[in-house]
Amino acid sequence: MGELLWLIPALPFAGALLLVLFGNRISRALVSAIGVGSVGIAAAITLALGIEFLSTRPDFIRQEVWQWFDVAGFSPAIAFHLDALSMVFIFVITFVGFLIHIYSTEYMAKDQDYARFFACMNLFVGSMLMLVMADNLLLLYLGWEGVGLCSYLLIGFWYKEPANGYAARKAFIITRVGDTAMAIGLFMLFQHFGTLHIQSISTEAAQVWSVGNETAMIIALLLLGGAVGKSGQLPLQTWLPDAMAGPTPVSALIHAATMVTAGVYLIARMHVIFALSPVAMTAVAVIGAVTLLIAGFAALTQYDLKRVLAYSTISQIGYMFLALGVGAWSAGVFHFMIHGFFKALLFLCAGAIILALHHEQDMRRMGGLRQKLPVVFYTFLIGAASLAAFPLVSAGFYSKDQILWLQLAGENGNIWLYLAGLLGAFITSIYTFRMVFLTFYGEEKTHVGHKPTMAITMPLIILGILSFAGGFIELPHNFGHVVLFSDFLAPVLPAVQVVEGLTQYEWMLQLLAAVVSLGGIFIAYLFYYKKPELVESIHRSETAMAIHRFWYSGWGFDQLYDTLFVRPYVYLSKLNKSDFIDSVYTFLARITQGLHQLFSTTQTGVMRNYVAGIVVGAIMILTISLLL
Amino acid sequence: MTAIPIETGLLLAGVLFMLGLISVMIRRNVIFMLISVEIMLNAAGLAFIVAGSHWAQPDGQIMFIFILTMAAAEVSVGLALILQIYHQLKTLNSDAANFMKG
Repeated sequence: MGELLWLIPALPFAGALLLVLFGNRISRALVSAIGVGSVGIAAAITLALGIEFLSTRPDFIRQEVWQWFDVAGFSPAIAFHLDALSMVFIFVITFVGFLIHIYSTEYMAKDQDYARFFACMNLFVGSMLMLVMADNLLLLYLGWEGVGLCSYLLIGFWYKEPANGYAARKAFIITRVGDTAMAIGLFMLFQHFGTLHIQSISTEAAQVWSVGNETAMIIALLLLGGAVGKSGQLPLQTWLPDAMAGPTPVSALIHAATMVTAGVYLIARMHVIFALSPVAMTAVAVIGAVTLLIAGFAALTQYDLKRVLAYSTISQIGYMFLALGVGAWSAGVFHFMIHGFFKALLFLCAGAIILALHHEQDMRRMGGLRQKLPVVFYTFLIGAASLAAFPLVSAGFYSKDQILWLQLAGENGNIWLYLAGLLGAFITSIYTFRMVFLTFYGEEKTHVGHKPTMAITMPLIILGILSFAGGFIELPHNFGHVVLFSDFLAPVLPAVQVVEGLTQYEWMLQLLAAVVSLGGIFIAYLFYYKKPELVESIHRSETAMAIHRFWYSGWGFDQLYDTLFVRPYVYLSKLNKSDFIDSVYTFLARITQGLHQLFSTTQTGVMRNYVAGIVVGAIMILTISLLL
Repeated sequence: MTAIPIETGLLLAGVLFMLGLISVMIRRNVIFMLISVEIMLNAAGLAFIVAGSHWAQPDGQIMFIFILTMAAAEVSVGLALILQIYHQLKTLNSDAANFMKG
């Protein structure tokens, strides 16, 4: 089975190539077959490989396809490395990707650029798979930039609207800031180890560097820069809410389930380097904690359904960073997987609602959809319960509870990080159920047009089952004690050391997390269903509205960056609009042109003048030859 | 018969050549320009003949026959061009054919 590994990324790439070349000449049915089929077969191969992987339990499967290049001892290979960590990511990418592709066949059915959409989506899936399967950092970086490109192409998919193009450029440029840091980090790694092969770097780094090494710290922080840019964490999070300009399946696949978690993958993949630097680890955890709070508060105030989900994605990735920052690697990856399921589900539900309401995204104009779209309602409820960490029955509860517990009980844990996480969980359940109540309850405000059919409801139901049942593969040890997931990851990611003596209090923390989650839901119920006048009383208060506006604008980060970077840059470029260095060359060109005009006046077209010219020339030559 | 001194012959050739050259420069009529060119050619031919007779060599006369042949060809081409100019412009003024200006 191992030799089929290369097919997993190759199939989506082949699909993208076919669609780019022939997409406009073949029927829509064939476009769907190629677009969905390539990812579907990749998912089937992943499943077969996964079953084999689980039964034989090798440390990793490596397949070298060919040598990329070989220059001065630097010889990266196009080689794929499958271990437990990449298995989890490949599983989520191909399966969730497959479901979203099926969904897209209906969502995008009326779009005139149907083939272009699937070409970009396939290209994205291929690049993302290459990112997580790469056995060296150069190939990883190729995939990393590939998904960035696809993100740009798909955010600006409806390019006729200038705002969409602006959002696409914003996403591309801001992530580029992080990517530059990451590239420098890769250069430094190469300088120190002479290779970019991930496994050799991990083994050597642990031997060469001791904990607290400065170089390790700088490299870890640079890699963190790349992760922060890609995953929409503070301070580079501003592109993600605007990225919602793309079609909703794109938001579900790229800006919720897979691409934005590439940062989580990078940190988990390079965990040896991070573990060597306590400073970088603290930075990861603090960035996660601050981001999850900021994004949570911003999500509370949004009216656009997709923007709430975007901020919620930023916030949930904050949780993953929080977990990674205290060394709870497998908890972070577990939350990634569960988040991939329920956030894709929520986005796809949102897409179904938006499609049903004629591209209405404002929650103030939704409502009463519970009876009209029952499948969407129930699956959305499952996703929302998972996001809000509804106790015991939702997958999100188990993954988030594990992160919170390890904040306190892990050896690097910290009470402040725990409290931030707990407050974040409270806010999460408020804004999640605010969404539920505003969208599905109350009176109907917009007429339901398009009823979702099989292609939309089937992915919703499957994802619903996954976001419900996915949590049961990892249960806390005082409650079932199932550790399938962390056992699976154990060969790759070391387990976190739990402080002795705290284990007996775990049930208290679980109770607290449950209370917080239910309390948030109750507050949302009170404010947005039972007594809407409470919201209006808040809206009458001047200070509350000021805070509301501040949060609504995403804590003013856009304005801040606008004044700090965008406007000075635009000002400078306006100053130098005529490009003063270029004026030297313009001057040269002017002289040449002047001389040319001077000489062209001698071309009178009168034959006698030419004869005179020849005579004068002959006389001059004769004179010179006589004189010399 | 006394031999004509070479200086006299070359002087005549030079005077003829200068006459031809000046009239090429100052004449506007294309036919006159063509005739002037013929004069210049014959001046050159005369110089060859004079030189040939001075050194008693046949080369000068051979060169003159060459020039004569070339002049015949040149006249045929030149007359064809003049006919074309007249046909196009309805004039023989060479200054009118200045389409290649600038």
